[in-house]
Amino acid sequence: MTTASVSLPGWISYGVIPLLNLLLALFFSGLVVWWIGEDPFEALKFLVQGALGRGDAIGFTLFYATSFIFTGLSVAVAFHAGLFNIGSEGQAYVGGLGAALVALALDRYVPWYVTMPFAILGAAAFGAAWAFIPAWLQAKRGSHIVITTIMFNFIGAALMVYLLVHVLIVPGKMAPETRTFLPGGQLPKLDWLMALFGLKLGPAPFNVSFLIALVMCFLVWLLIWRTKLGYEMRTLGISPSAAVYAGIPYVRTVIIAMLISGGLAGMMSLNAVMGASARLQVEFVAGAGFVGIAVSLMGRSHPVGIVLAAILFGVLYQGGADLSFEMPNITRDMIVVIQGLVILFAGALEYMLRPALVRLYQPFGRT
Amino acid sequence: MEYFDIFVSILGSAIRLSIPLLFTALAGLFSERAGIFDIGLEGKMLVSAFAAACVAYLTANPWLGLLAGIGVSIVFSLVHGFASITNRGNQIVSGVALNFVAAGLTVVLAQAWFGQGGRTPQVPGEGRFAPIILPGADAMRDVPVIGPLYANVISGNNILTYIAFLMVPLSWWVLYRTRFGLRLRAAGENPGAVDTAGISVTWLRYRALIVTGFLAGFAGTYLAIAQSAAFINNMSAGKGYIALAALIFAKWKPVPVMFACLLFGFLDAFANFMQGKSLPWIGEVPVQIFQALPYILTCVLLAGFIGVARPPKAGGVPYTKER
Repeated sequence: MTTASVSLPGWISYGVIPLLNLLLALFFSGLVVWWIGEDPFEALKFLVQGALGRGDAIGFTLFYATSFIFTGLSVAVAFHAGLFNIGSEGQAYVGGLGAALVALALDRYVPWYVTMPFAILGAAAFGAAWAFIPAWLQAKRGSHIVITTIMFNFIGAALMVYLLVHVLIVPGKMAPETRTFLPGGQLPKLDWLMALFGLKLGPAPFNVSFLIALVMCFLVWLLIWRTKLGYEMRTLGISPSAAVYAGIPYVRTVIIAMLISGGLAGMMSLNAVMGASARLQVEFVAGAGFVGIAVSLMGRSHPVGIVLAAILFGVLYQGGADLSFEMPNITRDMIVVIQGLVILFAGALEYMLRPALVRLYQPFGRT
Repeated sequence: MEYFDIFVSILGSAIRLSIPLLFTALAGLFSERAGIFDIGLEGKMLVSAFAAACVAYLTANPWLGLLAGIGVSIVFSLVHGFASITNRGNQIVSGVALNFVAAGLTVVLAQAWFGQGGRTPQVPGEGRFAPIILPGADAMRDVPVIGPLYANVISGNNILTYIAFLMVPLSWWVLYRTRFGLRLRAAGENPGAVDTAGISVTWLRYRALIVTGFLAGFAGTYLAIAQSAAFINNMSAGKGYIALAALIFAKWKPVPVMFACLLFGFLDAFANFMQGKSLPWIGEVPVQIFQALPYILTCVLLAGFIGVARPPKAGGVPYTKER
């Protein structure tokens, strides 16, 4: 109790503690691997090689990371305003509808760089729209945003399955998906960027949305730390009562924060729908919205941290796929375990090690 | 009479589908009334289903399976407690984390141990909870109205179903008629007052979470070795979240929880029945509407359009003794 009020220097709070938590999560993941009779170090070697060993592996890693940057930013923006947006998954899913509609409408007529700005707007608008009702319910009626966003994930999933099965499906086809977009509705790959580093992209779907994600990182940083709205959001996040007392409009700030959060989640679909598969498919989000929670927690809700954490999770996703080829005993679901443990240690147990570190640091830290 | 038969068969399957919801929602009731949000109900359901299926497969004894299901579920509950009570971590983050661990770990272990693509082998017949035919069910079958209801809805369920319905008055009694229940509810409304009275909020909340784990263990066991005969990858399929919705829909009260679970179970059964059929005038109703309906109803309720759903006041807030 006495250690809670002691402040630690930034390099411990933002460097040492997250790193130790990550190591703890990896340690417990290693225990699971060891438990099912495989060598954890061997597994780690396969994982890292599979994610970073070749040009196309790096391409896949960065492709996954791109999705996680969007969803991580989405969770982080809401988090700064004190809102736990667990609905990035559903917002990304519905956002995909916006992106797909734009691509389907324009791909015959214009090249991709004309489609892209409209697709960004479409994806963001649909994602934001899906966040609007939970935001409004939280702001106006006091309904807990965690519960409503969970509910909206399921409602969104049902809606999208309905639309894909009954409305958007190509007549005469069995698979519930839209037609394949023409090149005018696809985001091109970043071969040239990889070539700069002497790497070959191969079949990896690493695409332009990575650059959009980086731009969004900068814009989110600008918003949160350099604008009045960001200041108001952070105030609301730290103390809602102080924010209201200072004249910050609660309803407006909550709704805007959630709209931005939903919009960022929606943009994730640019990467998956327009960058990779070139069509809208059932369950294309595949848990990226939930990974965003882990990414945001690991990255301490800061864009730089989010990019690093997203790449880490990209490594896990790509390396995990390779690992399950090398060690058939370990399925791809091992990633889900690691992800859960990272959320547990970096999120829920983030202060577990703090008292011990304070005691270690205190003798040296006096000034 | 044909419509009545259809109704009876839907009602029967509604009961069977609502049992896992009922156990899980009652489980959530205890932790939420004690002031601990539990998003991790889904995960507890999943791990207990896995443990129950493994043990029932190895021992061919459903009761040992139940014991394993409950045990593992309580362990997960205690981890949630360690994170959210002892370390005052964010309860929602902890619940989300445990759901992921459960979803991944069950498949990884199932694949490593049994090698059947993330499921357990078929549990033999004697390792499952079989339906119980109540006395006179066959004799009653020909009695109009009451007969089919008794034979198909009330009789012919397994023992866990009857336990689930017994748990409703029992939960009510524990929460509203015992000292433990009073203190538990107080810990969810005003933990400071509980502490001032010299009662440990920490220990109280841990006990509430143990009850949560205990009840969620039944739910998972029911899924694995009563409703089906094996653990299947992600077999809880969002039921933990529907149970959470039912708990909110019932405004955190035990008896309404039962009705909410029956309603959501009925919607599920009705959706199964309606698949591929069309209604007069309306035409074919998409199944997705029924799948989304529990969540839509819960949101409408949360919006305050059907009475007010007031959660426990101290819910989600870690208790700090001094400031």
